[in-house]
Amino acid sequence: MTPATHDAGLRNLLSVRDLDAAAAVRILDLAEDMAEVATREVPKLPALRGRTVANLFFEDSTRTRLSFEAAAKRLSADVITFSAKGSSVSKGESLKDTAQTIAAMGVDAVVLRHSASGAARVLADSGWIDAAVVNAGDGTHEHPTQGLLDAFAMRKRRHADASRGRDLAGLRVTIVGDILHSRVARSNVWLLHTLGAEVHLVAPRTLLPAGVGAWPVTTSSDLDAAIADEPDVLMMLRIQSERMHAAYFPHEREYSRQWGLTDERFGRLPAGTMVMHPGPMNRGLEISAKAADSDASVILDQVTSGVSIRMAVLYLVLSGAAAGA
Amino acid sequence: MSVLITGAALPDGSVTDLRIDGGVIVEVGAGLSAAKATRIDADGLRALPGLVDLHTHLREPGFEQSETVLTGSRAAAAGGYTAVHAMANTSPVQDTAGVVEQVQSLGEQHGYVTVRPVGAVTVGLAGERLSEIGAMARSRAGVRVFSDDGKCVHDALLMRRALEYVSGFDGVVAQHAQEPRLTEGAQLNEGVVSAELGLAGWPAVAEEAIIARDVLLAEAADARLHICHVSTAGSAELVRWAKARGVRVTAEVTPHHLLLTEDAARGYDARFKVNPPLRRDEDVQALRAALADGTIDVVATDHAPHPIESKECAWQEASFGMVGLESALSIVQQTMVDTGLLDWAGVARVMSRVPAEIGRLAGYDAPFSVGSPAHLTLYDPAVSAPFDVGRLRGLSVNSPYLGRELPGRVIATLHRGVPTVLDGELRDPEEVARG
Repeated sequence: MTPATHDAGLRNLLSVRDLDAAAAVRILDLAEDMAEVATREVPKLPALRGRTVANLFFEDSTRTRLSFEAAAKRLSADVITFSAKGSSVSKGESLKDTAQTIAAMGVDAVVLRHSASGAARVLADSGWIDAAVVNAGDGTHEHPTQGLLDAFAMRKRRHADASRGRDLAGLRVTIVGDILHSRVARSNVWLLHTLGAEVHLVAPRTLLPAGVGAWPVTTSSDLDAAIADEPDVLMMLRIQSERMHAAYFPHEREYSRQWGLTDERFGRLPAGTMVMHPGPMNRGLEISAKAADSDASVILDQVTSGVSIRMAVLYLVLSGAAAGA
Repeated sequence: MSVLITGAALPDGSVTDLRIDGGVIVEVGAGLSAAKATRIDADGLRALPGLVDLHTHLREPGFEQSETVLTGSRAAAAGGYTAVHAMANTSPVQDTAGVVEQVQSLGEQHGYVTVRPVGAVTVGLAGERLSEIGAMARSRAGVRVFSDDGKCVHDALLMRRALEYVSGFDGVVAQHAQEPRLTEGAQLNEGVVSAELGLAGWPAVAEEAIIARDVLLAEAADARLHICHVSTAGSAELVRWAKARGVRVTAEVTPHHLLLTEDAARGYDARFKVNPPLRRDEDVQALRAALADGTIDVVATDHAPHPIESKECAWQEASFGMVGLESALSIVQQTMVDTGLLDWAGVARVMSRVPAEIGRLAGYDAPFSVGSPAHLTLYDPAVSAPFDVGRLRGLSVNSPYLGRELPGRVIATLHRGVPTVLDGELRDPEEVARG
């Protein structure tokens, strides 16, 4: 496998595990530049004029799709979007056929969202298409741009205008919820570790993966102890109610009592702790409205950061391709 | 047809000539001659009894785009096999005398190998009602192995009844040990790799819990039980324990579980997707040891052909299974012989004599003896080459070994005295069918 990054750019973005600390910081720094573009009167750069980005969304995700669209358009790229309704894959829609069809229309980068873990890797390794591949979420594997935007938002909140060039050394991050099924958690765990942060996972045993012992994290099932430990960041993951039908936990109220960021728990958090959530939130279940809307909340910063990060990633993969990489 | 094989090293290491006529071995010894015989120079080759596979998916009737009785028979012959047990998950399912007789007669017609159909334990593999086990046993196909392979007979009452009922026909229930609720949506071994890849785990306990239950049921029923594709160290331990108690249990391991580990899944290459899944290195080592000490009785391929589109997709959309007939002997050589765990007599035991015993297949108890049917293969263990698609002789190419350097090569195979492979090449169907 070729290195994910080189001087010219980034060939693909499939997993945050392909990024070393320097490459990750470089993306975060470039996203700082991109964030400045948004403050201009005309928030647009000509950098990718004439390039075409295809959003291939085999799984619905309006937020991520809009964020990638906004990012591509701010860089003056053309955007085409394929949006399969939920079950088209099971109706025989094959990743190979769809990708080749879209690629035949002449695209330079494919942003792929797919319900199958590893779909982006399979597409990138297959040789079916020449375009760069950006993973916009693959099953329960990874969501690399989410990991990057979370790291960006953390760094920005902590270092503000002095963010550039910095990693997250020493930052103590606690992630709470359905780790087992979370691509956000996986991308955060590996990227935050690469950037020097300490990661603690809190979840019922049923929602921690069987092999989590090999991850560079600590784990527990006690949210109150984790709060007493005064983390710098508390990231609440979305809990899906269908999980209780597979006996992962008894019911929503029990979950909320044990692992929800209630008003009462929020009150025990130190003033400086950032509260994060990748969205969409279940207010009142994993996070209270008060916590979500507080000054401690970075949740809207995460959304803003998303566009900047995706601009940086698209710029890097397309400038890499332009250099013949 | 008369065949003279000169200078072959038998499994025990002794070198001899073999003269074959009328489908049986008629003379064994040094310096044999025969006037009009087909001569095969076996100098430097290892003669093994014809290999018997207890676990083959021939896919016909119903899935002829993946494999047919003819193409699967050819793949088997190319791998040194002279008999295969054809699993029941065809369409229609092999759950009546009519279907098993059809499969059996297709095998006879083509002649590359003896095709022994496996009968389904339950109607349509649905796990609800026993199929016509008696009719299949007493049919012309003489079915002795019954399995819902691909699905577990998970209902304890049904499994108990199947063990009891099948024992009345000297049959055996071959269990696909997979607790269904513990493996809903399961994609690969539950552990470090599944956690990283974000794929639903297939825990070892889902196999071991069924084996533990079934050896106790077999003991209570005083019936024969066979465990398909044992894949974990814990499963081997349970079989060892049951045998020590005197339970009439046998077990098989696949070549791929003797060689490959879950790490192969890291690139999401669906050629490595198989059920039960590839496990940890500790499991591979335990399975090798269990095969060497006789805890695991046989090597069975679980040859599972699939068309290209079933593997050219995201992991969780891909089919489970690998082809294995053409590569099995090479993998066994690499993992068991070259490592010193098993000698060639041991290979003959686990790949020919014992699988034939389990399947109640006659003609494999005294290989290389005058009067025995001439089922044998000549194998060159000294060569080594990258395993390429040209080595695959069935319809499907979903082999996990493509591009991998593998030892050994089948030079000739004889089924009932008829060469099916000569000079390393399959003979034409017309020649083989003529006998």
